Amino acid sequence: MKELPFAITLEVGSSLANRTGSWRVERPVYVDRLPPCNDACPAGENIQQWLYLAEDGSYEAAWRRIMAENPLPAVMGRACFHPCETACNRAQVDEAVGINELERFLGDRALAEGWAVAAPEPASGSRVLVVGSGPGGLSAAYHLRLLGHDVVVAESSPEPGGMMRYGIPTYRLPRHIVHGEIRRIQALGVTIECGRRVDDLDAAMEDGHFDAAFLAIGAQRSKHIDIPAGDSARMVSALDLLHRAQEPDRPSIGRRVVVYGGGDTAMDAARTARRLGAADAVVVYRRTRDRMPAHEEELRDAVEEGVRLKWLSTIVGDEDGSLTIERMALDDHGFPQPTGEFETLEADALVLAVGQAADLTLVRSLPEIAVHGEVIEVGPDMMTARPGVFAGGDVVAGARTLTDAVGHGKKAARAIDAWLRGEAPASGARHALAGFDRLNTWYYADAPQAQRPRLDAARRASTFDEVVAGLDESTALFEARRCLSCGNCFQCDNCFGVCPDNAVLKVEEGHGYSFDYDFCKGCGLCVQECPCGAIEMVPEEI
Amino acid sequence: MAPVRFYQVGSFAVGNRLVDRSERTVQSDAGRSNSLTSGHRACQGCGEALGARYALDAAMRATGGRLVAVNATGCLEVFSTPYPETSWQIAWLHSLFANAPAVATGVAAALRVKGRSDIRVVSQAGDGGAVDIGFGCLSGMFERNDDVLFICYDNEAYMNTGVQRSGATPPAARTATTEAVGPHPGNVFGQGKNLPEIAMAHRIPYVATATVADLHDLEDKVSRAMAVHGSRYLHILVPCPLGWGSASSDTVRVARLATQTGLFPVFEAERGRVVRVTPIRRLAPVEDYLRIQGRFRHLFDPEGAVAQPGVVAALQSMADATIARYGLLAGAEAEPRQGTGTGTEAAS
Repeated sequence: MKELPFAITLEVGSSLANRTGSWRVERPVYVDRLPPCNDACPAGENIQQWLYLAEDGSYEAAWRRIMAENPLPAVMGRACFHPCETACNRAQVDEAVGINELERFLGDRALAEGWAVAAPEPASGSRVLVVGSGPGGLSAAYHLRLLGHDVVVAESSPEPGGMMRYGIPTYRLPRHIVHGEIRRIQALGVTIECGRRVDDLDAAMEDGHFDAAFLAIGAQRSKHIDIPAGDSARMVSALDLLHRAQEPDRPSIGRRVVVYGGGDTAMDAARTARRLGAADAVVVYRRTRDRMPAHEEELRDAVEEGVRLKWLSTIVGDEDGSLTIERMALDDHGFPQPTGEFETLEADALVLAVGQAADLTLVRSLPEIAVHGEVIEVGPDMMTARPGVFAGGDVVAGARTLTDAVGHGKKAARAIDAWLRGEAPASGARHALAGFDRLNTWYYADAPQAQRPRLDAARRASTFDEVVAGLDESTALFEARRCLSCGNCFQCDNCFGVCPDNAVLKVEEGHGYSFDYDFCKGCGLCVQECPCGAIEMVPEEI
Repeated sequence: MAPVRFYQVGSFAVGNRLVDRSERTVQSDAGRSNSLTSGHRACQGCGEALGARYALDAAMRATGGRLVAVNATGCLEVFSTPYPETSWQIAWLHSLFANAPAVATGVAAALRVKGRSDIRVVSQAGDGGAVDIGFGCLSGMFERNDDVLFICYDNEAYMNTGVQRSGATPPAARTATTEAVGPHPGNVFGQGKNLPEIAMAHRIPYVATATVADLHDLEDKVSRAMAVHGSRYLHILVPCPLGWGSASSDTVRVARLATQTGLFPVFEAERGRVVRVTPIRRLAPVEDYLRIQGRFRHLFDPEGAVAQPGVVAALQSMADATIARYGLLAGAEAEPRQGTGTGTEAAS
């Protein structure tokens, strides 16, 4: 033994011998929480993760992460009503992260760069028939093809895309974007047979040797209402109008156009009427603005373009170009009731946008498939009562949006795949939600949302050019970095820094952390100072 | 493409994967010195242990590891070196409560004699050792402009011996010697002893304040202090969960509120003149700061209502006066920093 200095009896020891972990009554643990954006996405995108990838400029990896759930990012980045942004926790700090515009940025970049999708799994030998090539049908076809199945999509219209092609106006969704993303799905080996209407599913399946089918036939039939003495020549359905506005020779519609209804389709019809030359486009809706089903953005855009709105009004008569309008009042239950007060409204055309229904001819030949009201009944796995026949999109109950349809398509594809393999569909457990109260917002730099450039309102009324422009790269990067990464570690090193006991270890630079429970005293500083709420204290077993 | 100057957490968090490694803190580096290593006996959530590691690791980086630290008696000495163990991974020595600045002066002189101008000296103490007991030696060290960085870890009382009042204890705070009893509970309202300003009065080259709530700022100040010679003084606010009666997890939060209420000004001074202040980002009322500390509990009744409105108002006017004196709100334009702005402290 080394000789010790005078009056020293013990060698120098390190405090590392003192395992302060024994003081602890609670221990910190890293958790993964479900961010509100992911929770709200009808297509089930892992938004937070693709934002994380985009934050350092890894755009292709970010795009691939979207494509794992949704084959139509450029379309979604324009036409989705982004419930993710409505749910975004950042809205409570300043403004929601512009997820939708980032999705568009990535989608557009993929089209411009010609990024291709990963190759499908080896051939399974199974064949699946998809009826309808709207967003639901295409989503199902894409996922089924990636899983190795042969997929044929039957489309009754001359071109694929469903409502993306024939319903949504081009100023919101340019057609070359739709075509680009559909071509990419076709390039995977999905066959789309246009002009093929399926009326007898059994025959179609037998002829084509299909093992399963997905019905995504949409809701393409405009509902009609009777207006006394209505002049049917001046009445047109909103879907017809939107459809015809896509054709090379656009219809003329008159100077004064009245649109009846209060949904997004009514807004699209009114905005389209303005672009077709209507000097005055009036939306007549029987309830109030806050009860209107149209999305706020659509309404705002319509108003900006000079569309007028008449609330609490119903059309009760139509004579010689003059509509009779009755004023309504909401009763205690919020239902509109007639008041007996009338006025007249001059109109060269009346556009009916009072709802859409599915053409259910196809399923009438399949008696076991239950039709409830106007929608096909499906189970939680999207399968109808007929084994092997699945349905999704607007033809089943739920919110009728593009994004919901894409989500249905993905879900159905996975269920079909499981069914073909004779397995039960996998149901992943969802993490608990990452609420705003878990965040320590101090750490995020203040930054309001980057604004997408918008076409001048005056020009919008005369052109079908796209209204909203995309982000450039610097604003896209800025926007991605506004993500708070709610509930999931994003490698900010705060826990590693704020531990007074050096009890947080870096597992591997850039790949997370672990706790050194030999020395962690359980003070909870790491939990409190974690910006995104990715650490929790749990009681020690004593 | 124009460079994007926005990095998600800016310079608020310890690290940031989006910026170059050189722009991250010393603490974010897995290879940091850990000058004060694990196994020390500081309480859970100790602000002083945190502040000492922050400051010394930064000084170690600034000096390339050629550093000697002289420690006064106090918590920091007691919890780090129970014989025969030590938590220090730097050259460290302790003598008495009162003489740390004088011992540091001696170490610096000895190094000079030996021609080791590359080795730098840091002296450190709690507020008791700096403001009260070691004050004479410290003032002498300043007056002689000895080449030492003196760091005071201010936790506003004698915590090691059981939370007795010091010259740095704020008015109305309960300590073992200023109990919350009688008509004027807690510490008296007086001038207190503002050591950063006293240090400035010595016209030494560099004086700065910092807290454990702003790591980038703290490390910048240590680096700046190590870049100059002569006497330098760094005053770091380090909340004490035991003495302040705050939750162990709230140490950084309390320090942050001390700055965002205006009670604790964060600034830098050169040769006796304030040259920079860190502006308040999210202005908060002093009540937010007081409510989360047991030492101010007597200002509120059990239902949480203000029981001593006069005292709270007096503390608020102290904060207001400090804000006005240092320009803590007006300074927002003076030194642009990512994400500066004002607002109210969000629940965190």
